Amino acid sequence: MIGSPEKKLVCRNVWKVFGAGANDAMAPGHPPPSQEYLARHGLVGAVRDVNLDVSAGEIFVIMGLSGSGKSTLVRCLSRLVEPTSGEILFNGENLLAASDAHMIQIRRHRMGMVFQHFALLPHLTVLDNVAFPLQVQGVGRTVREARARELVDLVGLSGKENFFPRHLSGGQQQRVGIARSLSVEPELWFLDEPFSALDPLIRREMQDEFIRLQSVLRKTIVFITHDFDEAIRLADRIAVMKDGAIVQAGTSEDIVLNPATPYVAEFTRHVPKAKVVKVSSVMRAAEGQVADGPTISPQSTVSEAAPLFGQGNGWVAVVDPGGRPVGVLEREVVIDLMMQG
Amino acid sequence: MSAPASLERPASRHALLHSPGWTGALVWLVAAAAFVLLWQSGPGLAAWAFDYPRAWQIPAVRWIGAAMKWLVNDARLGPVTFTEVTRFVAALLDVPYRIALSLLSTGFLSGQGSNAVQIVPPLSWIGVTATMMLLGLSAGGPGLAALVGLCFGFLAVFGQWDSAMVTLASVVVAVPIGVLGGLLLGIAAYRWPAFERCLVPVLDLMQTIPVFAYLVPILFLFGFGPTAAVVATVIYAMPPMTRVTVLALRGVPPELRDLGRMIGCTRRQMTWRVMIPSARDSLMVGVNQVIMLSLNMVIIASMIGAGGLGFDVLAALRRLDIGAGLEAGMAIVALAIALDRLSQAYAAQAGKAPAAGQGGGFAAGHPYVAAVAVLVATSAAGLLLPAVQSYPEALKVSTGSFFSEAVRWINVNFFDALEAVKNALLLNVLVPFKRLLAGLPWPGVVALLALAGYRLGGVRLAVFVGVLAFLIAATGQWEKAMVTVYLCGISVVIASLIGIPIGILATERVGLWRWVQVVIDTLQTLPSFVYLMPAVMLFRVGDFTAIIAVVAYAITPAIRYTALGLQKVDPRIIEAGRAAGCTPWQILTRIKLRLALPELLLGLNQTIMFALSMLVITALVGTRDLGQEVYIALTKADTGRGLVAGLAVAFIAMIADRLISAGAARQRARLGLD
Repeated sequence: MIGSPEKKLVCRNVWKVFGAGANDAMAPGHPPPSQEYLARHGLVGAVRDVNLDVSAGEIFVIMGLSGSGKSTLVRCLSRLVEPTSGEILFNGENLLAASDAHMIQIRRHRMGMVFQHFALLPHLTVLDNVAFPLQVQGVGRTVREARARELVDLVGLSGKENFFPRHLSGGQQQRVGIARSLSVEPELWFLDEPFSALDPLIRREMQDEFIRLQSVLRKTIVFITHDFDEAIRLADRIAVMKDGAIVQAGTSEDIVLNPATPYVAEFTRHVPKAKVVKVSSVMRAAEGQVADGPTISPQSTVSEAAPLFGQGNGWVAVVDPGGRPVGVLEREVVIDLMMQG
Repeated sequence: MSAPASLERPASRHALLHSPGWTGALVWLVAAAAFVLLWQSGPGLAAWAFDYPRAWQIPAVRWIGAAMKWLVNDARLGPVTFTEVTRFVAALLDVPYRIALSLLSTGFLSGQGSNAVQIVPPLSWIGVTATMMLLGLSAGGPGLAALVGLCFGFLAVFGQWDSAMVTLASVVVAVPIGVLGGLLLGIAAYRWPAFERCLVPVLDLMQTIPVFAYLVPILFLFGFGPTAAVVATVIYAMPPMTRVTVLALRGVPPELRDLGRMIGCTRRQMTWRVMIPSARDSLMVGVNQVIMLSLNMVIIASMIGAGGLGFDVLAALRRLDIGAGLEAGMAIVALAIALDRLSQAYAAQAGKAPAAGQGGGFAAGHPYVAAVAVLVATSAAGLLLPAVQSYPEALKVSTGSFFSEAVRWINVNFFDALEAVKNALLLNVLVPFKRLLAGLPWPGVVALLALAGYRLGGVRLAVFVGVLAFLIAATGQWEKAMVTVYLCGISVVIASLIGIPIGILATERVGLWRWVQVVIDTLQTLPSFVYLMPAVMLFRVGDFTAIIAVVAYAITPAIRYTALGLQKVDPRIIEAGRAAGCTPWQILTRIKLRLALPELLLGLNQTIMFALSMLVITALVGTRDLGQEVYIALTKADTGRGLVAGLAVAFIAMIADRLISAGAARQRARLGLD
């Protein structure tokens, strides 16, 4: 099966089962095992029948609590963990069929990963850490250091090139981790709970930094988190995982407005709807009103539009990036949504 | 100096295997009754139970002797004989050793024997001292530099310089080989679990078998001389490095391994660029261990021709020249302290990573450049000024006669008191205990040990303990083994009786603990040889002297583990106790000591291991135990006899280690500390 051209990464029926006899349970012809079957045979289904596709340039967030299998899944995607069965198509090529040597080439040149606890090498300076993936590839010193300097600049650590990791704060260390993962200019960027080990304030700052970087880089991103608010803030699309399976996948708006299961609803209950719902979802068609006041883009959230109603106006024109009016957002709709919490 | 064995193992799977109180008591009661019956029914009924019949003996001595003979005379690896290979290795090792020795001690010579002419003099004493001080300065600052300077100055002033440099040359050659070898073995064990499963029992054995036991085969294979001593040293110092390497690699965070794979490291890049550098802090601890163990072994290895300080001590011991022996012993101490503090400072520095632009001037920033400059300058000056080259004879101080006089004075004035203490202990404790142990029937002891193994750790431990104990009897070592058990047992009891209260006292008073820590750290740095000297001076040779030396050596783990165990007790529980109105005494006895029990047991385990390793060395002062057997075998170059007796010592150590570890694991599980 070949993914459609804009799909960067496609997962088909990916399983990872731990325990002796895992391969028998997943042998071709064997029916997909249920949780009960696995438990009875002393097996653990860390990743169960996962299907997902990530488009080029998209931020795809996998959200789940600890033990939900999200870290195992992201390691399956790069084959750091060998999936028990399934297909992983990267640009249409099945990674599970790739040889070890080929896989090393793919990881070296086309994938990058950021780790929860930074995984910086303690004996290398900031610059050497960032240049390390290039050094492993055998890139010459001048070239790799020039590239590393660019990246250190990009993540805002200029002047700290010769510091050692232990002299940096957690946020700074993760900036190094981010710079390092970008040094090989990966097509596919994995971030495994990159901000979970940071203080809440620093976490927020790093999320903003991440959004800024992505607006420049436009990478295809698989982002792992256990923080639903973080997922909503960053994601183009979210997949919610529980017990190794994906319970719901969709845009933040989909998930918040239509949680598929009570489990998902538990997460969405306290999320302010206005912060998720897009203007385009609640606007009504324009009926000849003249757009003389403030305007808003259909991609903005309702809470971003709310301040525009400050002067007591009853509606705001919605215009597309070309400036053409596409609809009207009414005051009552906004108030309703915000009242729902 | 750390003792050979730190055999802590993961909790046994059967640790929880214990039945309710009364059945347990019943089992022990029945077993004890059967044992006493067998014992009291006496030799009349079952003579074989008291004296293992010769006819049943496993002729292990002969087998090993024959195997050794075959190895030396007939074994071939392809076209060359095995001995040729080992002699080649010896010749290979001789090269760096000669260079180190020439640099530090003899200078480069041309010609042979007494006709040799020195073409280049050795490094001057000022140069070596200054170099060491510079290393100290860069690693630990001015304080360390002063300490190192003091230690090396001591060597020069007290006329121990030449011997100390011979010893240092052996250490300098043995340490890199030991570190590299241990590192490679550790990496292999980490990478291939099957290899590790084979390696661990070998390491256990290497760390418990007395060093004298493998000096003989090394003598045969590598010849008599400093190179053989280097081989023995490497073999002795490598196991801890191997263990440390495996632990350090396991301790590397899994994310770093993921990182290595993610950026596409090859296996070699993964090992040398990611894993080893990340494990560096822990590995440096291993390097320190290798240095200290090498120093300890180089001294013991003086018996197979290493020369140097160890030889001086040995020679002085043999002619009972207390003053000379003590001087050489103190030189060993000075060398040990300098090397230990230096390597520890480097280990700590590796952990800190150099800060950019730190103070301390040119010398601290560029220690190697400065050191080379000093060496070149002093060597050049030494050509003109003999006093720079070698410390002037006229300024040397000898305290030898002073110490001899002091000991004579003590002996003249306190002879009766010392003798009374010695005799009272001998007559009332040592001899009766020795008789008691010697009179026990071996099948009964084997059965009791196996039962203890079963109760503490299940069938596998029971079989392991039982078989080892039986093998001691079956190879005809039972009688001597009982003497070893008696010496070791009394020493451990005395060491615990002194050490545990000190440990308790030290934790109760923070200020005291700091001092105690300095003292036991220093005591642990000292090579085991050193402990013999004062004991021999005051009590001459015999069991009592041996016990004093063993207690002095084995007391450090008793203190350390007691203190650590008590300090590790959860402060919240102590607070709860205080809130419940416990008196300090109740807090100590009802809370702290109970919760620290597993740690105390591990301390006991280490005390036993230390005691056994020292016991073997006390063979030099005339005990009648397995250690003596090993030592005699060494002097007679009897491989079989030495190895069999050595293995018996190792078996005793392993039985004690496994039983106590299982007990500690059970206690920990019961207290929910895991």
